[in-house]
Amino acid sequence: MAKVIVVTSGKGGVGKTTSTAALGAALAQRNEKTVVVDFDVGLRNLDLVMGAERRVVYDLVNVIQGDAKLPQALIRDKRLETLFLLPASQTRDKDSLTPEGVEKVMAELKKHFDWIICDSPAGIERGATLAMRHADVAVIVTNPEVSSVRDSDRIIGLLDSKTERAERGDRVEKHLLLTRYDAARAERGDMLKVDDVLEILSIPLLGIVPESTDVLRASNLGAPVTLADNRSAPALAYLDAARRLAGETVSMTIPGEKRGLFGKIFGRRAA
Amino acid sequence: MIKVLTDTRSIRIKGRSFLALVLSPELPLDGWLSRLDDLASRSAGFFLGRPVVLDVEDIEIDRAQLKALIGELAKRNVRIMGIEGGRPSLFEPGMPPAMKGGRPAPDFEVPSAEATEAKTGQGKPAEPAARPEVQVVRAMPSVIIKEPVRSGQSVIFPEGDVTVVGSVASGAEIIAGGSVHIYGTLRGRALAGSVGNASARIFCRKLEAELLAIDGVYKTADDMAPHLRGQAVQLWLEGDSIMAERLN
Repeated sequence: MAKVIVVTSGKGGVGKTTSTAALGAALAQRNEKTVVVDFDVGLRNLDLVMGAERRVVYDLVNVIQGDAKLPQALIRDKRLETLFLLPASQTRDKDSLTPEGVEKVMAELKKHFDWIICDSPAGIERGATLAMRHADVAVIVTNPEVSSVRDSDRIIGLLDSKTERAERGDRVEKHLLLTRYDAARAERGDMLKVDDVLEILSIPLLGIVPESTDVLRASNLGAPVTLADNRSAPALAYLDAARRLAGETVSMTIPGEKRGLFGKIFGRRAA
Repeated sequence: MIKVLTDTRSIRIKGRSFLALVLSPELPLDGWLSRLDDLASRSAGFFLGRPVVLDVEDIEIDRAQLKALIGELAKRNVRIMGIEGGRPSLFEPGMPPAMKGGRPAPDFEVPSAEATEAKTGQGKPAEPAARPEVQVVRAMPSVIIKEPVRSGQSVIFPEGDVTVVGSVASGAEIIAGGSVHIYGTLRGRALAGSVGNASARIFCRKLEAELLAIDGVYKTADDMAPHLRGQAVQLWLEGDSIMAERLN
């Protein structure tokens, strides 16, 4: 059964695209057929993070408008043969997405893939609501700071009202992915702590991704962070998060805490 | 010329709901008016001093007819405070204003012929026999919300109390005609007694509110006493100021 995941946040720049690519690659590494879909029409980025920007011929809008067939627009990853990208159009805007068109594309993707991961644009407008429309699961990417948390809260409200599941009276499964977390700064009070964010949003935690230069390095290399260096702290956090999404029980480590695996890595770096 | 305001007090604007009688005329109007006369003869002064709204939604009527009808009603001492369900073209300056968004209330009891006769038999003047008291204490409707109220969501319930089992996020708002009860953290806005109820209160388990209001009197986060922050608090109105105290 195909599962549709939307990676969303409301706020921009919190790590939706990075997380989409990292989770997509992590799930594909489990030998499950995965497609990452860029819904950020007009400001596409996922192709860059996936390192596929020079292989884009057709895109989501072409498929919706019937100019191309879905297999023509799908780009297979060069490193993982179970990983695919459906890029967004850079020359159009979000108005090119129609509810009927998106529904058709999602229905077809569901026939071919185990995981469909939709990278939502920032905001709460058409692009974002269409990206979440068909989701079974939502990954809400949040930074430990107040504006990001409030925007995430707004998005959770929309997930409970504007999705197809919500309209059927069903629920979208919601998970919090806390990114750019820095334990030392949280301890000093410069950042919200994990518990503060969980208390405000009251949804289950999928993972905590530490602030790391590895993330920037990976995107500049054009590789999902879970493929660029699968031993780095953010990669380990994303790999664990992907296992939790797949239904496994994995104990949660807070990066920077002494006993955790990340603690060792951080400890080494500090020494 | 620059206008100088010597009195800097702000104007207080509030919503308030009143119960009005709604008259729904039927065609032909002559027949309907004679039945109205019959009712008035049984119960003199039934319409006296009562706000009356004319509902013209279900009848085909033009502007001249409507004007004539209002005149006929005025002759019978029925004063129309508003007209519901009329097309904009029906209205002209000087007519009562168009009203919409009315909510049904329990039906008014029209004095029945027997009841009036029984009374007149006792030699009493035809008092409006079954004049229902508007201020009867009735069970207040309330609404219970079992999930957190998220940023950007509004819960508007002018009919009565709102209870939230969960938190109210920053950027969310609860507007209740009665009291507001929050079994969680109140980070957003809570407006109690929004339709003019000075006895409404706000209760919350943890106060982090952006804005509080009772019966049109506001208090922003900056005006709140710092020692109440993060506490279980109840707020109520005394005169023109919001009072607060810690619960437990």
